[in-house]
Amino acid sequence: MDFRLSPEQIALQETARKFAKEVMAPVAKGYDQTGEFPLSVIEQGFELGLMNMTLPVELGGLGLSHVDQALIIEEVAGGCAGISTSMIANDLALLPILIGGTDEQKERLVKPFSEKLRFASFGLTEPGAGSDVAGLATTAVRDGDHYVLNGSKMWITNGGVADQFTIFATVDRKAGRKGISCFVVEGRPEGLSSGHHEDKLGQRASNTVALTLENVRVPVANRIGEEGEGWSIAMATLDNSRPLTAMLAVGIGRAALEHSIAYAKERKQFGQPIAGFQAIQFMLADMATELHAARLLTYEAAAQLDHGQRNTLVSSYAKRLAADTAMKVCTDAVQIFGGYGYSKEYPVEKLFRDAKLIQIYEGTSQIQRIVIARELLKA
Amino acid sequence: MSNVLVLAEQLEGKLKKSSLHALAAGQQIAARSGGKVIALVLGKGVGDAAAELAVHGPGEVWVADDAQVEHALAETWSKAIEKAVKDSAAAYVVSAAGSQGKDILPRVAARLGAGMASEVLGFGGEGAAITFKRPMWAGAVTAEVEITTPLKLLTIRSTEFPASVKVDAAAPVQAFALPDLGTPKTRFVEFRQVKSARPELTEARVVVSGGRGTKGDFKPIDALADELGAAVGASRAVVDAGWVPNDYQVGQTGKTVAPELYIALGISGAIQHIAGMKGSKVIVAVNKDADAPIFQIADYGLVGDLFQIAPELEAAIKAAK
Amino acid sequence: MKILCAVKRVEDPDQKIKVKPDGSGIVLDGMNYKPNPYDEIAVEEALRLKEKQGASEVVVVSIGGDDFVTELRHALAMGADRGILVKLSSPTDSDGAARLLAKVVEKEKPDLVICGRQAVDDDQAQTGQLLAEYLGWGQATFAAKFENLESAEEKSKTPGLQLAGDHVKVIREVDGGLELVDVELPAVVTTELRLNLPRYASLPGIMKAKRKPIEELTAESLGVDVTPKVKVLTLTSPPARKGGIKVPDVATLMEKLKNEAKVI
Repeated sequence: MDFRLSPEQIALQETARKFAKEVMAPVAKGYDQTGEFPLSVIEQGFELGLMNMTLPVELGGLGLSHVDQALIIEEVAGGCAGISTSMIANDLALLPILIGGTDEQKERLVKPFSEKLRFASFGLTEPGAGSDVAGLATTAVRDGDHYVLNGSKMWITNGGVADQFTIFATVDRKAGRKGISCFVVEGRPEGLSSGHHEDKLGQRASNTVALTLENVRVPVANRIGEEGEGWSIAMATLDNSRPLTAMLAVGIGRAALEHSIAYAKERKQFGQPIAGFQAIQFMLADMATELHAARLLTYEAAAQLDHGQRNTLVSSYAKRLAADTAMKVCTDAVQIFGGYGYSKEYPVEKLFRDAKLIQIYEGTSQIQRIVIARELLKA
Repeated sequence: MSNVLVLAEQLEGKLKKSSLHALAAGQQIAARSGGKVIALVLGKGVGDAAAELAVHGPGEVWVADDAQVEHALAETWSKAIEKAVKDSAAAYVVSAAGSQGKDILPRVAARLGAGMASEVLGFGGEGAAITFKRPMWAGAVTAEVEITTPLKLLTIRSTEFPASVKVDAAAPVQAFALPDLGTPKTRFVEFRQVKSARPELTEARVVVSGGRGTKGDFKPIDALADELGAAVGASRAVVDAGWVPNDYQVGQTGKTVAPELYIALGISGAIQHIAGMKGSKVIVAVNKDADAPIFQIADYGLVGDLFQIAPELEAAIKAAK
Repeated sequence: MKILCAVKRVEDPDQKIKVKPDGSGIVLDGMNYKPNPYDEIAVEEALRLKEKQGASEVVVVSIGGDDFVTELRHALAMGADRGILVKLSSPTDSDGAARLLAKVVEKEKPDLVICGRQAVDDDQAQTGQLLAEYLGWGQATFAAKFENLESAEEKSKTPGLQLAGDHVKVIREVDGGLELVDVELPAVVTTELRLNLPRYASLPGIMKAKRKPIEELTAESLGVDVTPKVKVLTLTSPPARKGGIKVPDVATLMEKLKNEAKVI
């Protein structure tokens, strides 16, 4: 086992780090306050190739490995997790097409995203179906060479700016997960409307809206996979995306750790820098250790994808540990900063708020445990 | 006998202050090498500059007052200096580490197969075996270097050498005959002087600098600087944010300053900034954060809001006048 | 129109440099390396001349050990076409570097050489000028531009250097202002901070750079004796500035500046 990074990986990391430090970090606070969509930052990120990284070369992508992508996400997450979430939302929305789509569908529905900056949204969660994905209520009714979609979706990243939506809907509510199917809605057709940008606790720069679908007509040619294959496509998509969200968590945690180390060396109490106190040292040591454990698990989850292995178990380990660790590390960072940590003048309270979301989206930490337990017990 | 040739810097016929510091450095070398100091003035209409140099203690002043050397082009000046080195049997060539010296001296070094040390801060070694102390890594390290060639060239950091003092007897001023300078491949087109009422950052007696704490509002910095007749500087964060022009930047990747008084307002004191100003004689820091690293190097620290303190200080200085 | 740029590997300028206790060098443990920031500006300028003024090829040269390949790859990822690594078996100085570069120039015959004004490790600021003299070329050091780095010209990635036939016009940052010179090609230009803001190596650029050629040469094969003319004897840390005192108010500060420090 070789834990060393290749020269290209170091270079990719370096570019992402510079972008995070020089482009994202200086504006992160402003976007966090206003909740405005950080389009100009994302445009620059797109120009640098920081989006659609793992798209295959045939589809105009870079064909980077999932490990490469994980390395990059850790860096950008440290710049601003909210902006990063909006930057990786395309991956989540396009993955179902890459996983279950035909070559024609990939060419038509994926390739345009590597040519020019466009946004796609992933629409799975509903007001009444969060963790209970199988309970989704959006319906798709076949009408000639079209399906007619009705229902609503919640917490849709980039939904306010996207011009393509990957929507999961059921063709037969009684069939449970066997009725779930996957559709791609192109553009913003009549009947599709998005709500206001949610006023969130953290990751506020990331556009998050509710979607309403009223008799939205989707051509059969835009159904990904067969009817009833939506569930497995969604689950495979989440297997793919868990390393990304895990790495976002690691990046947030690392930023909190770095701020904590710098502050502990600078801040003096009782006549010495607080870094001299074992109470602080132990906190820093635990923060660093646990973050690194989460990072390594995430690398493994990404590497399994690169090797074509099923990564459900390890990616759930990674997402669970990384999200919970980031939350803990950020909580400790606020503690190390003391009163300043609780103030918006200092950077760690934002990280604390940003971290919380990762325990919730794309499978809560509790759902990850269910997945893990299911994997452990199934044999 | 090891003579020392000092290259004077002048701008439009006026001797630059840095030349007197270079002369002082040359005198220090000559005192150890047992040679004499010859100051070389090149340019057009430089009679006054030569006369001023002559009363500051060199052994001789050589002047080429000639249209061929009107502009300090490295190609032509290096040929002229080469001849002066040979004519004067100099073993050392000294110039201030200004843009002229830095531009021209390396070409002289290449012409004469000599080694050169840049931005020299002081001398070491024993007797006539002189070594040179110079900054590396933006001043984070001081290196003591030896130049192994018989002829040694150096530029000196003006702030590290006191200006040579005025003496009663003027040194003889003699005309220096230029060699054939050939046709240079570089042509001077124009010079755009920075028209600023303020002194140049690197030459100012007082520098007032603003950092991130200004939040981009430099009015209190400017006002205080004007009251003190000071130059205005800035930290890199401020320059990067585009709040002030880039040539304000003091620090590792910007300008190195060593004024008598450096006032840092709203500057936290990143390593890279401190590298550019720690040579200042007196440092005053004003920052809201009592733990800001700038206070670790400031002679006088004042914890507080610069928007309050800068105008107060400005008023106090005005009152003291 | 071929452009050659020199790129050096230096210690990350954002890292703290510490001298070893015996003064024989700096502490390298945990050190990160970066391309010399001035050299990145040189590469950026060359790329702009290629993109906007029809230069045909940008070749980057580095002089040092095997690990200098990283900085060459960085320049290739920015967009340079190919690299040359001149391997050294013993350290050299600015003069040795200039004589090696002169040999590379003889081989490559570029029309323009762009170097950083100085490397931020030894801070000598001599190589470009030495090279110009060894080649008998004209030079324009400390290249900058009239427009600032926030200007529309910079945003549109307009080069600061202007090629005009077999000449290049260069704005130089000199003490007290800016000087415009016109230099006959071939020429050597060295870059100031305010010439441009170098681009990042993009992800596609990094992947493409993998396949760009890097030729390896050695000082021996170029027939250059690289024994330094300037020998570093010892390194020391400059005396740390001692912190002073905190004063409670402006009145006390004024009193101290007047009577104690005597600077006002």
